[in-house]
Amino acid sequence: MSMLELRNVSKVYGQGATEVDAISNIDLSVDRGSLVAIMGPSGSGKSTLLTIAGSLETPTTGDVMIDGTNVVGMSRNDKARLRRRTVGYVFQDFNLLAGLTAVENVSLPLELDGVSMKVARAQGMSALDELGLADRADRFPDELSGGERQRVAIARAVVGERSLLLADEPSGALDSVNGEAVMRMILSACHGGVAALVVPHDAKLASWADRVVFLRDGRAVDETLPPQRPEELLDLGAANPSES
Amino acid sequence: MSIRHSLLALLSQGPKYGFQLRQEFEASTGDVWPLNVGQVYTTLDRLERDGLAESDGVDADERQRNFRITSEGQEELSRWLRTPPDLTQPPRDELVIKILVASRVPDVDVYDVIQVHRRYLVQLMQQWTHLKEDEAHFDLAFALAVDAELYRLDAVVRWLDAADGRLRRAAFESPTDGTTPQPRLHRRMGAHR
Repeated sequence: MSMLELRNVSKVYGQGATEVDAISNIDLSVDRGSLVAIMGPSGSGKSTLLTIAGSLETPTTGDVMIDGTNVVGMSRNDKARLRRRTVGYVFQDFNLLAGLTAVENVSLPLELDGVSMKVARAQGMSALDELGLADRADRFPDELSGGERQRVAIARAVVGERSLLLADEPSGALDSVNGEAVMRMILSACHGGVAALVVPHDAKLASWADRVVFLRDGRAVDETLPPQRPEELLDLGAANPSES
Repeated sequence: MSIRHSLLALLSQGPKYGFQLRQEFEASTGDVWPLNVGQVYTTLDRLERDGLAESDGVDADERQRNFRITSEGQEELSRWLRTPPDLTQPPRDELVIKILVASRVPDVDVYDVIQVHRRYLVQLMQQWTHLKEDEAHFDLAFALAVDAELYRLDAVVRWLDAADGRLRRAAFESPTDGTTPQPRLHRRMGAHR
């Protein structure tokens, strides 16, 4: 079963003459363990797709299944609970709370969900440790580099039992080496069973994904074929379909 | 760059004489690739020999012969436009010419051609990225070489995105059938082939 499934999802903003189709008839699924990237020009609906996938916005038509549950029509409280427990978000500008340390930022969503402070902190430490940040746990965001802040944001997004990670240009504010480290971490979370839907800011970062879906004018117009494995790539020249 | 396929593309717009093909070829490529008339007639003879084009009067003076594309020629052109170029060596020019040609061939959706190439490039990048996923066998020189390839391919994807945007803007600002020769630009950038 897919962790995330969008069925014939459309979103219309405005009414009458000012009506704009942000996304139209999107069918998309992301399995546990899988990293899917969305590419498309600005205004093609990538961010709208991500906010609908995370139930932060309601589609005009269509269904959004998160871990088998249709979130369309759910009450605000139920949606908020599902988001806290299941969905993690990573944004370009990190969105860490300045007054909290790294580990407090990471454990906050668990505490909001009723987990005791002690248990939440232990899980937060575990998430930081997995991302190589255990020694930064008690630092405040302004004491961390940009790359470290984004790694803390990823730890927060996957802490506890959260199994759907949504990331909107997570490397947008980082240099290429840190940008690659962020994608490597998201992939590592996927290998641990998380499903990730990412809007990367260039094709280099998108190429970390198992599957790339291309959006154009709010529609999914194309996607990559399943990637070949390294052992099949010994002769890249031979794999090229071009004529000579 | 394939003169053969560029001539087929021009013939797909309708029958033409050799001198006309030379003029239109140079105009359609922004005068970046000059062509001598001998190359044109040699290529046309080969297209005819291979059944991709035909002319009236094999024995007539070559300047009097009017060439047209055959159905096999149409198929060959369509196949060529959608076949990704060899990107294991720097092939930018071939991709550029395909997009330039595709933007002028009737009944070819240039945005579809762009997407075929964009998808192919991203798939190729996925293959390279998979090669450096394995940190346990990290090799700095290999990572640098893979990065070089990824940056090169990323630049080609960016160019396709820019071309896509520019063509859409041009189509929006002055809708035409896309086959009208553009004003000739005197740019000879040393790409003599």
